Amino acid sequence: MTEDYKKYEYDVIVIGAGGAGLRAAIEAARSGAKTAIITKSLLGKAHTVMAEGGCAAALQNADPRDGWKVHFHDTMKGSKWLANWQMAEYHAKEAPDRVRELEQWGAVFDRTPKNLINQRNFGGHTFPRLAHVGDATGLELIRTLQERGIHEGIDIFMEYTVRHLLKEGDRVTGCVAYTRVDGDFHAFSAKSVVLATGGITRVWSVCSGSWEYTGDGHALALWAGAELRDMEFVQFHPTGMVWPPSVRGILVTEGVRGEGGRLTNSEGDRFMFDYVPEMFAGDHAETIEESDQWVEEIVSGKLATVRRPPELLTRDVVSKAINSEVKAGRGSPHGGAFLDISHRGEEAILKKLPSMHHQFKELAGVDISKEPMEVGPTAHYVMGGVIVNAESQETTISGLYACGEVASGLHGANRLGGNSLSDLIVFGKRAGEFAAKRSKDLAQPVIDDSQVKSAITDMLEPFNNEGGENPGLIYDELREMMQAKVGIIRTKDELDEAIEDLKTFDTRRKSAYPGSSRKYNSGWHQALDLKNMVDVSYVATLAALTREESRGGHTRDDFPVPDDEYWGETLNIIYMEDGEIKIRQEAKEEMRDDLKDAINEVKAMIAERAAEAGGEN
Amino acid sequence: MSLKGKIQKFTITRGEGETAELADYEIELDEGMVVLDCVHRIQHEQEPDLAVRWNCKAGKCGSCSAEINGRPRLMCMTRMSDVVDETEDGKPIEIRPMKAFPHVKDLVTDVSWNYEMAQKIKPINGPDEMNWEFNQNEADRVQQFRECIECFLCVNTCHVLRDHSLFDEFAGPRNLVRLAQYEMHPLDQEDRIPEIKKEFGVEYCNITRCCTEVCPAGIQITDDAIIQLKERVVDRYYDPLQRIWRTLTRQKVRY
Repeated sequence: MTEDYKKYEYDVIVIGAGGAGLRAAIEAARSGAKTAIITKSLLGKAHTVMAEGGCAAALQNADPRDGWKVHFHDTMKGSKWLANWQMAEYHAKEAPDRVRELEQWGAVFDRTPKNLINQRNFGGHTFPRLAHVGDATGLELIRTLQERGIHEGIDIFMEYTVRHLLKEGDRVTGCVAYTRVDGDFHAFSAKSVVLATGGITRVWSVCSGSWEYTGDGHALALWAGAELRDMEFVQFHPTGMVWPPSVRGILVTEGVRGEGGRLTNSEGDRFMFDYVPEMFAGDHAETIEESDQWVEEIVSGKLATVRRPPELLTRDVVSKAINSEVKAGRGSPHGGAFLDISHRGEEAILKKLPSMHHQFKELAGVDISKEPMEVGPTAHYVMGGVIVNAESQETTISGLYACGEVASGLHGANRLGGNSLSDLIVFGKRAGEFAAKRSKDLAQPVIDDSQVKSAITDMLEPFNNEGGENPGLIYDELREMMQAKVGIIRTKDELDEAIEDLKTFDTRRKSAYPGSSRKYNSGWHQALDLKNMVDVSYVATLAALTREESRGGHTRDDFPVPDDEYWGETLNIIYMEDGEIKIRQEAKEEMRDDLKDAINEVKAMIAERAAEAGGEN
Repeated sequence: MSLKGKIQKFTITRGEGETAELADYEIELDEGMVVLDCVHRIQHEQEPDLAVRWNCKAGKCGSCSAEINGRPRLMCMTRMSDVVDETEDGKPIEIRPMKAFPHVKDLVTDVSWNYEMAQKIKPINGPDEMNWEFNQNEADRVQQFRECIECFLCVNTCHVLRDHSLFDEFAGPRNLVRLAQYEMHPLDQEDRIPEIKKEFGVEYCNITRCCTEVCPAGIQITDDAIIQLKERVVDRYYDPLQRIWRTLTRQKVRY
């Protein structure tokens, strides 16, 4: 049976319409490239919409002591020194203008008393740095880019899912997609392809991600021959909802702690004071009094003169702390910790955290202006992804670019809150710019009919089964398995088991039966998604098994401490060879001298502040 | 009262367009479920090809709009405890797609009209220099409109569209909110009043406030957006003093 398909020609194709994809497409179109966006969902629905707390940029509006060097230092330190320093440098230097540009495109951020964009405190950021709109900053970002993007002459293909990248020799020349609504097939010729597909966190059952987070871009890149790094580093955000079960995992913004939220255990202890790791010693308040004073100063709009509460340690640290408290029997009734913001009063909460108030009221029947929330870790972000050139965002395959969560490098072993939205706009712009630049000198690639046909055959495979397992059930069980065996705390035995289990899932997914209709058939879509989910799960598990230490978003119970000598200098690189997923190690690149100086300068400044505030340190 | 273990009946639209019919299902409930959880459970346990559009399941993306027991709501933010309460004992909970839009399949409708309309709205036009200055009070007026999650429940409920199908004459509540957001932006200099009157047909709205009632983001669509736009149109076209001011100064009136 031959299937018809429609053909299209573009200079630049962007896969994904979240913040990174939209920003990339806008830049490509503005550079004169004929540009299209292909998105699995409707416009404006991508996962970016769920980002809450803010967008990190050293605007210096809320605290003039901030600057690109401090942001650069904080990002590198938060990454446990594994981030690509050149990306961190571009990011820290360019984020402010990318944010101001959003304002010119219609974003209405909260204001300072001096009528500028206001900034809030977040974990790991030395100064208040996050431009925000209440606790719905992602919505503001995506809507702004959407409203700009539709006036740039970009063609937008909504509810199209890309399953295959076309190649000519070693370069990427386009892609093949199916439509969700009709189940028709479409082949796109493109001089440059930009992956902006987001992350992989749907492979864990307790996650904050939308259904789209099935690792499409990670898998497309891997299958096409590109390399991935840091895939063992998964950010379990410390504060997801834990009750009732159906909302388990939904995000509770770090903004709650940025606004003075307190974490306590069942005995009422502010336990974070006991979990300050050595590398952060002296950076945070050491008494409840100092903590309270900091909140008081921040709330009244003053510059902080004392150190921040330990609740604002980086996400990896807080997640592990909550996990330990629960394990020690000091958890909340439904297996989390208490997070209390009620001391800020109803008016401030409704102004600063309106959607958290709404979310808890509607979904859990809890009024956060009067009672504490119950929170626990939820799979939130994958630091790992496709390896890109820092300047151009080109992957290790010519013609293929990546930006946003699907790319890697900026966050190393742990991402700071707020550094994701800024990542999207800084590197989305760069990806779009360089993808367009590349397309200028190239002839339009010819669509290779045999590749398209074989991609279509793959997509139709689930319909060849006559009866079989419901893909939804395989999907649910895969996620439960990953949660149990490749979760926040890992051991060799469980990771070994996961590798074996994934082989079984790979067999099971092939027998999934989605029914017979191609029209908006969620079961069919899920049966196809399972292939990438199994592969990215395998990638994350293999990398976790290999890194025999604990660092950032990767914790091994059998190797509980960081091994700075070897793993502190080494990256796991994942690639595919002859249809098999493989791993090798590479030394990280030595930082440029002037950036080392910048780090030392900031370290000295922070030590000075600690000495002033803490006395004994 | 916990719903755990309760067997609940549902009746859900299945099929495409004219030929779609209600089909009955039964599932066991768990504690704290929302309607979307139940639809997923039916999908994963009984009907893999049941079509439903959703993304975030946290009330932030506005994808899972439907008519639950006849009331337009987000499936992800509608708790089963409330729906069970409002449903007569032993009767099924009814879930239908939004009625005002062309039906695609099962619970999915074609909402592309909203996107086409959005494209016709002139974008913001402010100063070229960066670092715009305006205060929080000015931001507040606009921020409310920017909380819209584009669930299109307001459009689905609006009589002008749902009952009279004036899709060619009227922009609908969602896009009027978008127009208000630009028009009330403190630094926007664009003039959209002529099209708000003509192409976008603001005068068709007869202020029944149905859109405001169904808005899950709590936006005061009628009072704060539509009525404000109506007043600007009245000022422009029916106020002689303003007409003279504009002719003399060639400037738009600032509010």
